[in-house]
Amino acid sequence: MDQPNLTRQPIFEASQLCFVYNEQIPALDHVSMMVNSGEKLAILGSNGSGKSTLLKILDGLYFPGSGSVRAFTKILSERALRDDAFNFEFRSRVGFVFQDSDAQLFMPTVWDEVAFGPLQLGIAQAEVIKRVEAALLALHIEKISDRAPHQLSGGEKKRVALASVLSLSPEVWLLDEPSAGLDPRSAAWLIDFIHSQTTVVLATHDLRLVEAVAGRIYVIDENHRIVAEGTTREVLSNHDLLVQANLTI
Amino acid sequence: MSQLAQPSRLKSRSGFIERTLIDINNTLEQSLFAEKIAHKKGLLQALDARLKVIAMLMLLLAVSLSHQLVIIAGLYTGALILAAVSNISLGFFIKRVWAFIPFFTGIVALPALFITPGPALAHLPLGLVITRTGALTALFLLLRVGTSVSMATLFVLTTPWNSVLKALGVLHVPDVLILTLGMTYRYIHLLLHLANDMFLSRKSRILRRLKGTEERRLMAATSGILLGKSLQLSSEVYLAMESRGFRGYPHTMDRFQMRWFDWAAGLVVVLLTLLAIVGR
Repeated sequence: MDQPNLTRQPIFEASQLCFVYNEQIPALDHVSMMVNSGEKLAILGSNGSGKSTLLKILDGLYFPGSGSVRAFTKILSERALRDDAFNFEFRSRVGFVFQDSDAQLFMPTVWDEVAFGPLQLGIAQAEVIKRVEAALLALHIEKISDRAPHQLSGGEKKRVALASVLSLSPEVWLLDEPSAGLDPRSAAWLIDFIHSQTTVVLATHDLRLVEAVAGRIYVIDENHRIVAEGTTREVLSNHDLLVQANLTI
Repeated sequence: MSQLAQPSRLKSRSGFIERTLIDINNTLEQSLFAEKIAHKKGLLQALDARLKVIAMLMLLLAVSLSHQLVIIAGLYTGALILAAVSNISLGFFIKRVWAFIPFFTGIVALPALFITPGPALAHLPLGLVITRTGALTALFLLLRVGTSVSMATLFVLTTPWNSVLKALGVLHVPDVLILTLGMTYRYIHLLLHLANDMFLSRKSRILRRLKGTEERRLMAATSGILLGKSLQLSSEVYLAMESRGFRGYPHTMDRFQMRWFDWAAGLVVVLLTLLAIVGR
């Protein structure tokens, strides 16, 4: 398990992020955090705490009402992502796996799904084919490459969702509740998969997964604020903190 | 994969929920059955989908332009042979093609029997006369429609839906439309499963047969929830696309490859079409 190392290069720097849905429902309240290269970081919080929103902000899908995010030292904003060069660089380097695999698997077949990302980034077709074949093999889904998403089990869908991001060869993985709905074998496989990646940020309330993969943790409470940050050992041994954040009873 | 309720168990009660469940199941089962045929080993399944689109259009043209009954009958026989060598049960194929043709085309063809001028073929009560020309016209119409529907059915049955859509690219259908149709088909499946689960969950909590107003209220509530979920899902799908580099216009590729037997089949179709047109 990796340990926090301040000499590592910062990948994301979020400062005082606030986000409100429909001008009524708060999701994040002055959240600041940092993600360094090479670390496995967990954002721990109960349902509705805002951790998925935070991941979407880090992926440039949502933009905060106030506060700022830097990705690879550059400001991450709607305007910045309109720039072709920055968009290509950012989307190539950051991969997001959604909690709901059905939202992520929108193409007619597994093969098309895995090819979608590289094709959108304008990668040459020969290279796309290579990447797709490699991703299918890496996730052991080459035999189901012609299947439609509705013909897949929950575990298979998760593998396809991961393959669809793996084909982009991202440096950083953002995983939203990756263990949700997985059977024990798939969950064990997921842990190995996360270990095999360099930089991973996962949003979850699965304490067992966090213990197995994360080196550092941020805890978000039900008031949408970060209430703790520390190593996995420090955070998971603080029972009162976990109770306060509705992560254990 | 979601488990579907067994329609046979539900048919014993004919309530609104049961009927809806049966309809959902039938739709999903038909789609699964069609996909199963498309993935069987067979002659047409092995051909390039783009070639099949063009071949189907050429044969439809041949059927429309031919004025020889024997040529149209020959093309229909050809369609039956193709169904057989493509592992499609002939009984199922004929039933699927002809089930509705007598009803829809018959309505159009029926007056032609009597109003087309020509020598009398049969005299009916009330002074009605079926003319020989009228009978021939009606037969042409029925055979043309039957053969055309057979060609289209063969194409759809032997080609997976995603390949059908991709093959439309050969007709210069825009990528964005093909992608949208593919996504629509994919999410209709998901929403049907969702609707199935919702109706099953209702059914498990309902102890008596519902009144008309209750059924309508239930239907409206279910539709509202499904609409809400589909809107929520569509926004998540868009984010998932954006996250992987989508910027308003999709870039796609297909993996179709023409092999020697695709070219050979194409040549046969061209010759058949020419023969049918010249033979008119």
